Amino acid sequence: MHPVLSTVLQRMALGVMTLFFVSLIIFSSIEFLPGDFGEAVLGQSATEETKAAFRKELGLDEPAYIRYVKWAGSALTGDFGTSFSGRGASGVDRSRPVIELVAPRLWNTFFLAGMTALIAIPLALFLGITTALYRNSAYDRIMNTTTLTTISMPDFFVGYLLILFLTSLYPVFPSLANVDDTTEFWSRIYQSFLPAMTLTLVIVAYMMRMTRAALISLLASPYIEMARLKGVSKMDVILKHALPNAWGPIATVIAFNLAYLVVGVVVVEIVFVYPGIGQLMVDSVTSRDIPVVQACTLIFAVTYIILNLIADVVGIVTNPRLLHPR
Amino acid sequence: MTQKETYSATGEVGQVRMRRTIWQRMWIDLKNAPFSAWFGLCVVITYCLVALFAPLIAPYGEAQMFPSAYASWSGEHWLGTDQIGRDIYTRLIYGARNTVGIALATTFISFVIGVSFGLIAAINRRWLDQFLSRAVDVLMAIPGLIFTLMLLSIFGSTVWTLIVIIAVIDSTRVFRVTRAVSLNVVVMDYVEAAKLRGEGLGWIMRRELLPNILPPLVAEFGLRFCFVFLTIAALSFLGVGIQPPAADWGSMVRENASFIQYAPYDLTVAITPLLPAAAIALLTVGVNFIVDWFLHKTSGLRDEH
Repeated sequence: MHPVLSTVLQRMALGVMTLFFVSLIIFSSIEFLPGDFGEAVLGQSATEETKAAFRKELGLDEPAYIRYVKWAGSALTGDFGTSFSGRGASGVDRSRPVIELVAPRLWNTFFLAGMTALIAIPLALFLGITTALYRNSAYDRIMNTTTLTTISMPDFFVGYLLILFLTSLYPVFPSLANVDDTTEFWSRIYQSFLPAMTLTLVIVAYMMRMTRAALISLLASPYIEMARLKGVSKMDVILKHALPNAWGPIATVIAFNLAYLVVGVVVVEIVFVYPGIGQLMVDSVTSRDIPVVQACTLIFAVTYIILNLIADVVGIVTNPRLLHPR
Repeated sequence: MTQKETYSATGEVGQVRMRRTIWQRMWIDLKNAPFSAWFGLCVVITYCLVALFAPLIAPYGEAQMFPSAYASWSGEHWLGTDQIGRDIYTRLIYGARNTVGIALATTFISFVIGVSFGLIAAINRRWLDQFLSRAVDVLMAIPGLIFTLMLLSIFGSTVWTLIVIIAVIDSTRVFRVTRAVSLNVVVMDYVEAAKLRGEGLGWIMRRELLPNILPPLVAEFGLRFCFVFLTIAALSFLGVGIQPPAADWGSMVRENASFIQYAPYDLTVAITPLLPAAAIALLTVGVNFIVDWFLHKTSGLRDEH
């Protein structure tokens, strides 16, 4: 088999394995919930029958491994069970399926993350390449200090600063991103502009620094020295000689930061009251609505693993040593 | 006897020199430090002093309430009062104690766990190493903040669960770094010699490996501290971190965030909720500057070639 294909397949198998263990951790976390489960959810005034029925519905009378198989099986088809909230001690069940809560918000979050990525990745690559090109110049030093400062700021600080200047003092953008299904595309972009801007500011700094570091470590290699000595222009050294070898590390950088985006989204959604999955997760953590928390964690973890897998695959596919085996 | 008065090259080379004390060497390093490192040091020292002497500096008590809620800046309440009439300046000072203290404790625990397991894995290199490394791979496949949120929803958020959960999750990163840097040291002859001499695991970890991997670990401590500090601030901001009535910068931002909309009428009111956030940012910037300088000084992590 071609070495590229076999390595890619190996990585994918590893990804599936990781996914399995992650789902196991997420599932078993519910086992550590202290105290009586039924009472914790339904309240102290719940009757014995209601509690027994609830335990039966969750399958607590079955062994854990059977419950895991059932849970994982239905999670694969998008069924994450029903939410804990809306259940009363009286036995009247007003709870909703988790998927109904998650699905619309998931789309909102992906919209925000996608919009940020479209702005941030080209910008970061441009800044990273130019700072590597003009390294130790005033431009490089200014960018270095600026990005170090942006990295150190908490996400919500950046968000509130933007709100202070762009909505409070100069009302250009709305401070609340109240999007829903009926919002039109352009007004959706307009409303999500500040959250996307906040996320961009945070991740561009990381991405730029890592791209610069990846390029600079490459620029130290002998074949670059050779290219310079034979008179290749500075731009061509970077674009034709360094960059083809840097795609692997850069892909890792991008995937790493998109994965960071997934986490950063949680705080930013709270700042701008953006109806995304992060906001749902925080609300569910506060009300200890475990099925929703599990579903959100699983979605975040799967996104994270897939992004890292893609980065690995890009790194392998663009690796010249594997592409041209002897 | 006059022979001794004349110059002799061997005499000069053979002369016993005074060894510089650790303080002298530190001072020389500091004198050559760039402005950013000095700035970082000043910030960190100020924060430590404020955190230590909070009760002496603060004009009022941590959770002391006044009848005037939402007061604006004045001589009596320098930065005004919050929604239930607590003095914001006082809470800002106590916040240094709570937020920084908890972040420091968490980082410390995470290093104790991470470094010991990392060293054991590097020394063992057999099934234990395999097991620990694969377990850490799986744990790191779940985004940190999300994992913390999930565990907090299960164990509930008290200060201790917060510290333990973040420390354990963060120790996976420390484990990786420790294992990676000590792998280069473990293969050295003197470690081999210690093993043959019959030294125990504890001796090899403490006396042979640890002193040799200290510089990267110190830098990592600074970076991890920033990360933990920002995570705790974010969690408190989300309302699941440090709980009231303890003063904490993250939750202070959240509680007073609505003040920002009054910016066109009174700018001082509007920037009040941003002050705790700025305090967080300033400390992280300071620590980052110091780490940057330290890395530049101790390791080959320089970019010029």
